[in-house]
Amino acid sequence: MNAAAEARDPGLQPERTRLAWRRTTLSCTVVAVLAVKLTVSDEITAKELTGLALSSLVWVAFLAVAHRRIRALGAARPLPLSHRGALLAAVCTIALAVFGAAVIW
Amino acid sequence: MSDFVQSLRLWFAPQRIRDEGETPDYRFSLANERTFLAWIRTALALVGGGFAVDQFLPDLRWGVRVGLALALLAGGVLCALRAVNHWVRCERAMRRGEDLPVSRFPAVLSLSVAVVALAMVVLVVFGWAGR
Repeated sequence: MNAAAEARDPGLQPERTRLAWRRTTLSCTVVAVLAVKLTVSDEITAKELTGLALSSLVWVAFLAVAHRRIRALGAARPLPLSHRGALLAAVCTIALAVFGAAVIW
Repeated sequence: MSDFVQSLRLWFAPQRIRDEGETPDYRFSLANERTFLAWIRTALALVGGGFAVDQFLPDLRWGVRVGLALALLAGGVLCALRAVNHWVRCERAMRRGEDLPVSRFPAVLSLSVAVVALAMVVLVVFGWAGR
């Protein structure tokens, strides 16, 4: 990569931020798996399939946001996080919570 | 509260923030982003905790179990909203060269988590003694 040839930040800030996104993706994966476990039991019904589809959708959405950001962080002087990225990450979290609340209720 | 509504408007108006002040050192923005992500992880942990209460404490009465789980899930939602809000406000403060915003949220959150944890300890111990 050409960016690596430019002056590298001695504090490794982009790398640290990238790893923070990875950790967050990992947390999101765990929560999405728990959400799937919450809905799925022995028999497969429409409710279970909806739960599975919704959890997977939220997980993929978060993965997409994180992936975009991780790629952007490859630059030597990355731009700040976009508002859309921040809002999407928060919306994914909230969607998992709301979805879980609906199932638990 | 009007302060909150005002920053709520900033969530959806990135241009308004970009017009203000000067762009801070990119490292400060990245540090702010990591703080935001740490709050998102806290929110995810609370949501996961809510799921876990429902899954792994099946002996509790329905009302207690659902109450605890919903309290944790609500905490997760609040935490995620607050993450965005704090991130936006910090970003704006850095552009304007102001002090970073302070807030009561961490204290409130830690007290609530402590209360929920105590409630769980009491419930589990009593459930175990009552068996």
